[in-house]
Amino acid sequence: MTKRRVVITGMGMLSPLGNSVEASWEGIRAGRSGIGMIDRFDASGYNTRIGGAIKDLDIEPYLSAKEARKLDAFIHYGLIAAQQAVEASGLDQCQYLDNDRVGVAIGSGIGGLEFIEKSVLAMDKSGPRKVSPFFVPASVINMISGNVAIRFGYRGPNIAITTACTTGTHNIGYAARTIAYGDADVMLAGGSEMATTRTGIAAFSAARALSTRNEEPEQASRPWDTGRDGFVLSDGAGVLVLEDLEHARNRGATIYGEVIGFGMSDDAHHITAPPESGDGAARSMNNAIRDAGIQAADISYINAHGTSTLVGDVAEVAAVKQVFGGHAHKLAMSSTKSMTGHLLGAAGAVEAIFSVLAIRDGVLPPTINLENPDSGCDLDFVANTARAADVRIALSNSFGFGGTNGTLIFQRFEG
Amino acid sequence: MSTVEERVKKIVCEQLGVKESEVQNSSSFVEDLGADSLDTVELVMALEEEFETEIPDEEAEKLASVQDAIDYIVAHT
Repeated sequence: MTKRRVVITGMGMLSPLGNSVEASWEGIRAGRSGIGMIDRFDASGYNTRIGGAIKDLDIEPYLSAKEARKLDAFIHYGLIAAQQAVEASGLDQCQYLDNDRVGVAIGSGIGGLEFIEKSVLAMDKSGPRKVSPFFVPASVINMISGNVAIRFGYRGPNIAITTACTTGTHNIGYAARTIAYGDADVMLAGGSEMATTRTGIAAFSAARALSTRNEEPEQASRPWDTGRDGFVLSDGAGVLVLEDLEHARNRGATIYGEVIGFGMSDDAHHITAPPESGDGAARSMNNAIRDAGIQAADISYINAHGTSTLVGDVAEVAAVKQVFGGHAHKLAMSSTKSMTGHLLGAAGAVEAIFSVLAIRDGVLPPTINLENPDSGCDLDFVANTARAADVRIALSNSFGFGGTNGTLIFQRFEG
Repeated sequence: MSTVEERVKKIVCEQLGVKESEVQNSSSFVEDLGADSLDTVELVMALEEEFETEIPDEEAEKLASVQDAIDYIVAHT
């Protein structure tokens, strides 16, 4: 069986940098931080009081007040990003679309944490009758995919992979395979997250995963810098429209890029930390490179997982050196999390989009707040300022709790 | 102080996302106001909250229209 080619024909995004793909990308190109003080709840008693929130979002055009009330915020964000992606792709204007051949794979790392918190508190205070009948459909992870299918009538494969911080990447990779294998012609794929809640911040803080640079929120996410002290938890969503190349051509769709490789692996090492060698990450990248049928040296840009944690950042550098050898010092690798913070299950999706845009616009996104690179962190991290470069092939990494790794490779569409 | 009728209608509007002008006393939650089975459960919860009362499930199932709800509240609070 020959694999069908899979192209990207639409993208949607909400991020701490803006409420659309272009607004977020503008923030990335400008090297702007989207991190600020948490104001969704009173965080005054918390060690970490900073995060990356979605700001000034008007959900009215997307969701009625009645619909919104029945859904956790992570579903709002996912649905909105999906709608943006569909509109950008022109699928909604396509007269002859076979909805049985259109599917959805949008996940979340955590799910409806805020809805769960509120329900538990209400039940604790006033008893089980205070739990809403919408509790389950408002909070379980597959309900972005479910609601997107209902909204647009997409009756094809419907799934929501959940693999912590690798969620977005795995959903995109799986969706691309679904198309390549012939099970669908179009897939909406990505991830969404809204975990900056009372419990979310408390829990990641207890795990000593979060930066406590509360006095300088915009400088808190600083991958590879000696001053880094953990990641910054952020909210948002990214959704891509993936499409069989022939299907996209037949309807005259705008093609933003091609998905050419997907790889996975696990560290089999520790629940939250990678091994110093970055061995699992290296195997994930190698698997993706093999799937793409290219040479490692063909890759000129890596959008790193790069969360700004002590161990993770160094391990990823080690992994890249293992995979790319001497080419590791020729390619550019940056962490857009230095600007967006860490969107957990949405991270892989927004970073896939930034990788595609790096190819489209010939721009290497910067790693901001990189003042003193840590020892051994000696690659070209595109420190602090975006740079023009011809990027033909880009690779995007995601690594998650449980040691789960995922890698996607994108290529400029050249017919 | 609003009347029971006004308060019930206000809750119906909020819960079911309908305009005040659409809500008549005779309106059926399901037939006229677009509620599904989950909406009606939540509507009853909101009425319980507003009127600080508890509506047993077997009674809640009989509340099909705005007037049913008003009558129940008037009789039980």
